[in-house]
Amino acid sequence: MIKYVAQRLALMIVILAGVMVVTFALSRVLPGSPIEMMLGHRPTQEQIDLARAKLHVDEPIYTQFSYYVADMVRGDFGESLRTGRPVLEDVLESMTATFEVTTLAVILVVLVGVPLGVLSAVKQNHLVDHGARSFSIAGMALPVFLIGMMLQMLFYGELSWLPLQGRMNSEILLDYEFPRVTGLYLIDTLLAGQWLAFKSAAAHLVLPVLTLSIASLAVVTRITRNTMVEVLAQDYILTLKAYGMRKRRIYFLYALKATLIPMLTVIGLTYGFMLGGSVVVEYVFDWPGLGGYVVGAITKNDFPAVMGVTLFLSTIYLSVNLVIDLLYYLVDPRLRAT
Amino acid sequence: MSSLDGFQANPALQPSWTRRISHFASTNTLLFVGGGIFLLIILAALFAPWIVPFEPNKIDFSHKLLAPSLEHLMGTDALGRDIFSRVVYGAQTSLIIGITVLAISMAIGVPIGLAAGYFGGKVDMLLMRISDIFLAFPPLLLPIAITAALGAGLFNAMLALAISWFPWYARIVRGSVMAIRKELYIDAARAMGVGSLRIMFRHALPNSWTPAIVQGSMDFGYTILAAASLSFIGIGAKPPTIEWGLMVALSRSKFLDYWWTAAFPGLAIFVTVLAVNLLGDGIRDMLDPKYRSAR
Repeated sequence: MIKYVAQRLALMIVILAGVMVVTFALSRVLPGSPIEMMLGHRPTQEQIDLARAKLHVDEPIYTQFSYYVADMVRGDFGESLRTGRPVLEDVLESMTATFEVTTLAVILVVLVGVPLGVLSAVKQNHLVDHGARSFSIAGMALPVFLIGMMLQMLFYGELSWLPLQGRMNSEILLDYEFPRVTGLYLIDTLLAGQWLAFKSAAAHLVLPVLTLSIASLAVVTRITRNTMVEVLAQDYILTLKAYGMRKRRIYFLYALKATLIPMLTVIGLTYGFMLGGSVVVEYVFDWPGLGGYVVGAITKNDFPAVMGVTLFLSTIYLSVNLVIDLLYYLVDPRLRAT
Repeated sequence: MSSLDGFQANPALQPSWTRRISHFASTNTLLFVGGGIFLLIILAALFAPWIVPFEPNKIDFSHKLLAPSLEHLMGTDALGRDIFSRVVYGAQTSLIIGITVLAISMAIGVPIGLAAGYFGGKVDMLLMRISDIFLAFPPLLLPIAITAALGAGLFNAMLALAISWFPWYARIVRGSVMAIRKELYIDAARAMGVGSLRIMFRHALPNSWTPAIVQGSMDFGYTILAAASLSFIGIGAKPPTIEWGLMVALSRSKFLDYWWTAAFPGLAIFVTVLAVNLLGDGIRDMLDPKYRSAR
């Protein structure tokens, strides 16, 4: 086990180093002087000298890279041109908003998509299956931003049930103080016992979470169905059926167990998809998370912020995949044997 | 032998062309529906200047934000431009995006996959690890970072999508080249002194590119979606380019009161990607029988 973990960790570090090569290359090798990119268009001479020293531009490129890596590893992503604060601070602050939406969406997708996929596989070619497949084919062709805007039109424009955008009503945010313990508004408001604020936070979460979920539900349902169909065609399932075991027991005890590993892969992929998709969703809903932060940074040519978020999200993405790899190990005894 | 000849010579026993086609169509309904719609979209893109009733970029404030009517089938936008005309022209942009992104990512990915699969060993290790790095970013994030570095714009967005997408082609081609690299005809070519490059491109590639083509037909829709997303958040196409994602983005401040400004370009993306995906699935089933039962 320890050897396996060590191997995976080593691999992740290698890939992370590669990721840093890419972000480094993007910030140094490409057109435009890195100094200009870091400081915006009208820096003072003093700022330029400072930046030159910080970037070590007078030294060979590999030395520059080693300084870059050292900075990144220490969590020094530089300073945001837009907010004037360290990028890491900005990132950590907006991360909780993104985390709140994506995590709720992943939970929703797993709770709905997996049973739907299983049902679709069990009732192969029946009405449920056709319905689920049509839904997933359609879902994969819908642009995320269109889903979000349609939901806004329906639940805000037509029905006025839910807020259009943002994370909380500004009046409520001003009137009801609650300490940011976790940064997750749902939990923080509950901890503070602010019922109204909690309700506002929850109402603001519904549409972004739904948007992200619908977008990835299609993929999860489809993959679950296809793996389940494969598992159901296995000999041991046939044997169980021949023995006359109850169908429900076969599906939920024996077949579902075999789908656990592909399912873990799916969850990992979904999470990655959502980290990327959250950029668009946060833009649609004016959500103060990492996605909104990065889009704002791009429009203001805030280069350190863009690269900081990229590196940060990639690290999270890789870590999620690492955790999933380790879960494989726990779930699949065959891996342990080798 | 003679009885078999007799069987083949009897035209009455062979299914007619029309029957064969109708049989094919009935077993591949989705392929036909998708292909049909896609054909319409291609025609719309090709003949856009003759189809559209209005100049797509002509600003006319006296006709702004008109609801769909017989004159303006999909209404007009905030600048009084005819949305139907713009949606038709948008088909050109989307098709060009799909083709360009796939062409660039294949141009990068296929040679890498060929070399990795053909040489194996350390070359394979190195090339594949490099490709893996590009898969370590959450989807859509690498294109965003690359576009941010290169500068916003449609071509840069396409280039960025291609750069973040090529590893898939490298992987696929590598896999299928690995499967054939020990074949007799490769050995024969090598024994005759044919150079590595020539073997790779003339002998290995033609026998291993089906999976890459299949993947390409399935990715076409994805690239259109991704490019539309980049345009939507403001780092892809820029006016006066007519792009569906950009059209939706421009409608953002008004779409709650004037639904058609967002709905029709959005619908155009949906229909196109759906058609392409159905077609891609169909092509996969046709070229790769392995998948037929799995679906």
